[in-house]
Amino acid sequence: MKSLSFRQSGSARVLPGFGLSMGISVLFISLVLLLPITGLFGQLAGLSLAEYWSIVTEGRVVASYAVTLGAAAVAALINAAFGLLLAWVLVRYEFPGKQLLDALMDLPFALPTAVAGITLATLYASNGWMGRLLEPLGFQVAYTWVGIALAMAFTSIPFVVRTVQPVLEDLPAEIDEAAMSLGATDGVAFRRVIMPHLWPALVTGTGLAFVRSLGEFGAIIFIAGNMPYETEITALMIFVRLQEYDYAGASAIASVVLFTSLALLLAINVWQGRFVRRLHGGNS
Amino acid sequence: MSIELHHIAKHFGATQALEPIDLNIHDGELVGLLGPSGSGKTTLLRIIAGLESADRSPTPGKILFGERDVTHVHVRDRRIGFVFQHYALFRHMSVFDNVAFGLTVMPRKDRPSKGEIRARVFRLLEMVKLEHFANRLPAQLSGGQQQRVSLARALAVQPDVLLLDEPFGALDAKVRQDLRRWLRRLHEELGFTSVFVTHDQEEALELSDRVVVMSNGRIEQVDTPEALYRAPKNRFVFEFLGDVNHLEGRVKNGVLTCGDAQLKVDLPDGDEELLLRPHEVRLAETFEPGVHLPMTITAFSLVGAEVRVELEADWLGAPWLATVRHSDFERLKIHRGQRLYAHPRRWHRFKDEVVKASQPH
Repeated sequence: MKSLSFRQSGSARVLPGFGLSMGISVLFISLVLLLPITGLFGQLAGLSLAEYWSIVTEGRVVASYAVTLGAAAVAALINAAFGLLLAWVLVRYEFPGKQLLDALMDLPFALPTAVAGITLATLYASNGWMGRLLEPLGFQVAYTWVGIALAMAFTSIPFVVRTVQPVLEDLPAEIDEAAMSLGATDGVAFRRVIMPHLWPALVTGTGLAFVRSLGEFGAIIFIAGNMPYETEITALMIFVRLQEYDYAGASAIASVVLFTSLALLLAINVWQGRFVRRLHGGNS
Repeated sequence: MSIELHHIAKHFGATQALEPIDLNIHDGELVGLLGPSGSGKTTLLRIIAGLESADRSPTPGKILFGERDVTHVHVRDRRIGFVFQHYALFRHMSVFDNVAFGLTVMPRKDRPSKGEIRARVFRLLEMVKLEHFANRLPAQLSGGQQQRVSLARALAVQPDVLLLDEPFGALDAKVRQDLRRWLRRLHEELGFTSVFVTHDQEEALELSDRVVVMSNGRIEQVDTPEALYRAPKNRFVFEFLGDVNHLEGRVKNGVLTCGDAQLKVDLPDGDEELLLRPHEVRLAETFEPGVHLPMTITAFSLVGAEVRVELEADWLGAPWLATVRHSDFERLKIHRGQRLYAHPRRWHRFKDEVVKASQPH
């Protein structure tokens, strides 16, 4: 009892600066994140539930959901595979030009997405370098959902590489050596010893890449062709509404994207937290 | 299973990590590879394990396990058990799964049944006294416990040889002692051939049947701990195996002189360096004719069976260390700044790499 009252009276934190740092953090989040989102909901207030429902379930918009989700899923899976490979190569091997490759990984972040979009569109158009080679084979990339997935994959690959890389760097080589000394083949060692450590990072990176792809606009519209019901992405639907000064409609569609992304990010965080606790022992 | 190494050498780029080495380890022997860091001991162990490959040119080396030539056999097929300094446990697996790993990755036709694996793992866990921790994760165990898991994991596949890379290096002194004794007992019980790497002389001398002393990628001496300590082959071995006091001076007419210090020796004229172990130095309040080594006490430590006394003198390059019985310590009323005389009981001399031990005259 005595100790309890003592703690109540003098509950000074050892680490200083909580009030200030927390205050600034909350202010920053409010200005940069919460305020715009509130604005979005303010726009939505002008709509009745029935109107909202009819906007977000309109045929052309629903088709855009399918295109966006499908292409983003394909892009995320491609990135999961190649991102893991790139991270592996960057961490486990020494080769000339390694630093350059490492720096190149961040290019999609630095490059304006519209530039990437235009470049990809020119490259894969029927008279472009790649398009000229692929089209005779019956493989059209530009102005199809394949092009959309390609643009998405391009803009989101750093998410996978940069989340997997540090985890792989922390993994001591002794772990593989131990597995091999116990008779494990390379494949078994990778699957049973290395992958379990990479899973959380890989899933997080892939999830981030997926969410990023859902919202991508600039890189895609140039290569997508933007045919209604075929190659229109959701971000474009929002853009179209905005051009028509239909702010409420734009906000309604935007809110769908927002909630999907938010739900996904939350799910990733919760799952990852649980996994990391398990790995570090917890106290069961 | 015996281990034979023929002409094993290793270069990392331009630097030579191992000079061509020949070594025979008998069946059931526990051998310690002892040396300072950079002496090539870990490289040698990793080559035996197959985690590193020996140079193929100019002359290819050869590694035999019993009759089996394993020079070009991959680590996974060598049938070795390897214990790492930092345990290298699989952190996401329970203790049970860690120990069972080697059994569960066997090709299906050789793999024991689930029940048999379970029985074997529990037998091993009992042996390392961790049967109640089977469901824990490695992070929930102490360092000593983790190293025992790692040992059980290595033994699970019934390796031909057990290789340990500084197995107790990451543990604190008390746990180290316990594990050392425990490993010795385990070795006597199971009789496996085992090679371990250490930079701790005490550990090597206490644990090994034979010790391989290495420096600069060379084997300096291979011998039993006793022979090694009593008859070191060269100066490096002598100095590495314990504290050493140096006495440098010029011998003239059977007397070694160094500043105002004098010692009667039976040596020809010329420059000499004599080496003494701390327990080979006796301290007294008086000097004798022919043994005049005045010293000043600068520090002492009472902990242990004997008192360790640090001595300095203006004619000495580096301070000396002497061990004194507690009764002598009290009789001499030793205190800092006191002036005493050192009397060598015995000294060693390595000239032209020839061992000499001699009593003073």
